[in-house]
Amino acid sequence: MNFVDFCESLPNEFLGLKVQLMCNSTPKLLGGVPLTIELVLISLLIGFLLALGLALMRISKNRFLNVISRSYVFYFRGTPLLVQIFLIYYGLAQFDFIKESFVWPFFREAYWCGILALTLNTAAYTAEIIRGGLQSVPYGQIESARAIGMSGILLYRRIILPIAFRQALPAYGNEMILMVKGTSLVSTITLMEITGIARYIIAKYWTPVEIFLVAGVIYLVINFLVTQIIKYAEIRFTPYLEHAKKTR
Amino acid sequence: MDSFILLRFGDTGWGDEMLRAAIVTILVSLSAMAIGLLVSVFATMSKLSSNGFIRSIGNTYTTVVRGIPELLVIYLLYFGANNAIMGVAKKLFGYNQYIELPVFLIAAIAVGIISGAYSTEVLRGAFLAVPKGQIEASKSVGMNKFLIFRRILIPQVMRYALPGLGNVWQLTLKDTALIMVTGLVEIMRQAHIASGSTYSPFTFYITAALLYLVLTTASSRVLNSAESWANKGVRRA
Repeated sequence: MNFVDFCESLPNEFLGLKVQLMCNSTPKLLGGVPLTIELVLISLLIGFLLALGLALMRISKNRFLNVISRSYVFYFRGTPLLVQIFLIYYGLAQFDFIKESFVWPFFREAYWCGILALTLNTAAYTAEIIRGGLQSVPYGQIESARAIGMSGILLYRRIILPIAFRQALPAYGNEMILMVKGTSLVSTITLMEITGIARYIIAKYWTPVEIFLVAGVIYLVINFLVTQIIKYAEIRFTPYLEHAKKTR
Repeated sequence: MDSFILLRFGDTGWGDEMLRAAIVTILVSLSAMAIGLLVSVFATMSKLSSNGFIRSIGNTYTTVVRGIPELLVIYLLYFGANNAIMGVAKKLFGYNQYIELPVFLIAAIAVGIISGAYSTEVLRGAFLAVPKGQIEASKSVGMNKFLIFRRILIPQVMRYALPGLGNVWQLTLKDTALIMVTGLVEIMRQAHIASGSTYSPFTFYITAALLYLVLTTASSRVLNSAESWANKGVRRA
């Protein structure tokens, strides 16, 4: 039995919802998944690198770097993601000097504006997560590492980073889920990811509740997979803690 | 300089409109937070229940609402609420007319449901943070369930939950930006309207961003002082 036959075998209506239509539009909505995942992965990756820099600036003793990092995080965590997206996509077009410059082909595309906004946004949250992780490393560990002669990169590589990474992992998992949810906002600037396709189908058949429900289930599945990956990573990086949990 | 002219108060500028929109944002956030807290009290009770079925209702609520994008929750309620109400009115009262809920109400309920899911997790954590020995002790001096709740649990849960609820408030405040899709004229919608009719999107969206920054900064001040007030009797090492 192929998919179309399966959909037709379902009742037409159930609980007032057009079930056949929900079934039929599932493949179309799934067509938005690659773009959603692409947006999430690209912005998480670049955002993470940016966040590393921001976190190091934040814990550095240089006052100037510190203030820059602080204000960056303050702005991006204090305003809604939607404003950030609109400012980049609609806002920058107000300036003629941007429209005439070489960056315009970049800012003209909703795709790049979306990625830029998501990247800058996640960088701010991730910077705080990394900072929290770095500062959670017990000072005794650093002292003993110094006592046996480690310093600089070796100290970071062997002691600080592994501990900080494990500490920050659950919070970073939350941030990944926030990003998956955040990508739905770029549908407002014409990108055809899951929510964008949902709005397109709705404009055609006018069945908003049905289509948004299916889209919601797709997001739930993606986020469920993300939590499973994080859970696996947590066990993978600290198996001894998992053992302790079981024997307690 | 043109930007400042656009943001003047009165008939010639959009300054007063933007401020009025900011007040709408505050009102929606406050209503949503109140609705969310009300929902979360019941959801917390259900999540901490010993009955497996009741527990699964609370768990489903928090998992689903926190797992799907806020924008979808708002769309679903915006399009679904009127239909659902009309369906119920038709079935129960035979009422056949078109019913439309006020947009403000739908917006507050939609954001309230989102904020409630996060508040539930905060409240659950706070309830579990109250040491078991205290409840045992209050039982042993003969307090009944209600008295334990009022005298022992509530005062401590409120203190434990305050920082978390403060975070939920900041989330709620920022989530109200999404209700611009319902057409309610809050900060984002007003900025959208103004930039459409003046061709100055940057001016108005940066104004919107600054308004949100003012709101979040002011709230974090208030929340900080609320926390130190709530913790004034706590001994610290």
